[in-house]
Amino acid sequence: MTAKTLFEKVWEQHEVVPETVDTPAVLYIDLHLVHEVTSPQAFALLNEQGLKVRRLDRTLATMDHSTPTDPAEIAGRVPIRVASAAAQIKQLEANCKAFGVELLGLDSGDRGIVHIIGPEQGATQPGKTIVCGDSHTATHGAFGALAFGIGTTEVGHVLATQCLLQRRPKTLAINTSGKLPAGVTAKDLILAIIGKIGVSGGTGHVMEYRGPAIEALSMDGRMTVCNMSIEAGARAGMIAPDATTYEYLKNTPRAPKGADWDRALAKWNQLRTDAGAKFDREVSIDATSLEPMITYGTHPGMVLPLSAQVPDQPGDPVFKKALDYMGLQPGDALKGKAVQVVFIGSCTNARLSDLELAAQIFNGRKVANGVRVLVVPGSQRIKREAEARGLAKIFTDAGAEWRESGCSMCIGMNGDLVGKGQYSVSTSNRNFEGRQGQGARTLLASPATAAAAAVTGRITDPRQFL
Amino acid sequence: MEPINIIDSKTIVLPFTDIDTDQIIPARFLTTTTKEGLGKNAFADWRYDAQGNVKSDFILNQPAAKGCAILVAGRNFGCGSSREHAPWSLLDYGFRAVISSEIADIFRSNSLKNGLLPIVVDETAHKWLLANPGAQLHVNLSENTLTLPDGTKVKFPIEAFARYCLLNGVDELGYLLKQADAIGKFEQKASA
Repeated sequence: MTAKTLFEKVWEQHEVVPETVDTPAVLYIDLHLVHEVTSPQAFALLNEQGLKVRRLDRTLATMDHSTPTDPAEIAGRVPIRVASAAAQIKQLEANCKAFGVELLGLDSGDRGIVHIIGPEQGATQPGKTIVCGDSHTATHGAFGALAFGIGTTEVGHVLATQCLLQRRPKTLAINTSGKLPAGVTAKDLILAIIGKIGVSGGTGHVMEYRGPAIEALSMDGRMTVCNMSIEAGARAGMIAPDATTYEYLKNTPRAPKGADWDRALAKWNQLRTDAGAKFDREVSIDATSLEPMITYGTHPGMVLPLSAQVPDQPGDPVFKKALDYMGLQPGDALKGKAVQVVFIGSCTNARLSDLELAAQIFNGRKVANGVRVLVVPGSQRIKREAEARGLAKIFTDAGAEWRESGCSMCIGMNGDLVGKGQYSVSTSNRNFEGRQGQGARTLLASPATAAAAAVTGRITDPRQFL
Repeated sequence: MEPINIIDSKTIVLPFTDIDTDQIIPARFLTTTTKEGLGKNAFADWRYDAQGNVKSDFILNQPAAKGCAILVAGRNFGCGSSREHAPWSLLDYGFRAVISSEIADIFRSNSLKNGLLPIVVDETAHKWLLANPGAQLHVNLSENTLTLPDGTKVKFPIEAFARYCLLNGVDELGYLLKQADAIGKFEQKASA
């Protein structure tokens, strides 16, 4: 038998019709996650054509992107501030009702960021094909699923047919060696990988993260890594399932139970790249030498170890434009730079272990003068758990704002915004111009680095607090 | 969808690499429930200042931009989010094709589904196009060629099925719906 990669196994198990020179493959989708921003026009298409949702049991909706995180807005004590967002939320409620789609809505205790609730519910499972109208769908690849973001037209395709027309992507192995040093996190690892291969280094490829540094990560850490695959341009990122994966899934509400669990496990254990399988490309990275990382420019590939200085690229107007936007000069030290906002949240870093790591640094300390800190849990379940464990109290005692779950300041659609010219250390995934608000200057980093910036008011190596 | 084959237009050049979808259309304009009228928000933060005043030094606000249907951009155009609002806004603005040496996967796929032609050219042609804003180009999809003002023809690759759909105005959903039998069989086999 031919040796196959993890990706090839999952792909081939989902080919309804294989691709030909003239036609792409018809690929079956096991799980379709839906949210309020990229679905209204797709439901409208179904309405226009008189179509139904083919598999309601494979479709799960929630609201996160434009949804408020202010408890008063969620509870209905005050109106939703962004009127168009309120309309969008209502539209999703109406569409789910009309088509019969399960919705974890505003009043659901299971609501949250779409890429956090899929795994938390156990809907995300090894070997599944998972899509969502959101580029960070790659997150679910942490479980050995083939998960990728799609546009709204394709959301319509999946709603109506449970399938997508897809050309088979190429494969790229990211081979890690060694172990991450203490205080260096999964976020630092993925930022270093993006820095190494560049923001289009993965274009046209599905990446598989491998090796000891990946295997040693918790599921939360693996999700952080896979989440940012798209920031390297990749279609998807995958990690082979193992005991860590099964331990996470075992008691989730939607995971198989009893004899079904045993059958699933036998199948999942096959989901690893065979010895001798060929990738189209391979890249190596040594985890041992990594430091906490932080971005300094306007895309995630403009990233450096926290101890470094802003580099120079003479004669490159795009590089200069990015530095001008960021208010930085070549040679500037990143460490010690004053910041005005800290955001701990997003589908990249708003899971319980992210909050625990941040709380370790906030504990017994205060937010520095002049810094606004927003801590936004990834789901309502995480919110409740963080409150039960006393993490929320640590944040609020320190002077941080503690919110309801949602995408919040990662994308700023719900009114959670960074002001013009302000520096924001953010645990999110994109430092594009204006991403967190017009003129906002985003510095992407780990929850530890974000918390260290919050309590010192400056970019600070978090290891001194850990 | 209307069939597409020939595009004749001058170019507008945005010479920046890695233009992401947050630049093409900022997220605050995504709280819409329709596809219509997004052209006014295309490159909004580059076209307007925070008070909504037109930035006259930005290329799209200059007289030369009027009527241009072809956008030439630096490498890795359309990276970032999966928002289909990006091609919707470019089409509504009046663009019919985007040319770069590399175009991000999801943006390319979204563009093809809406009739915005994503054209990837080699480094040499790309360099020339970046250096010659306003060049009059002729795009012929049925030949997979782009003709430069001096008559040089540049071949560009485009996925065969998407090309067929664009040339014939065929909707991909119609094709998928016709696969219902195969999909049904696949589902039966999978649940067995």
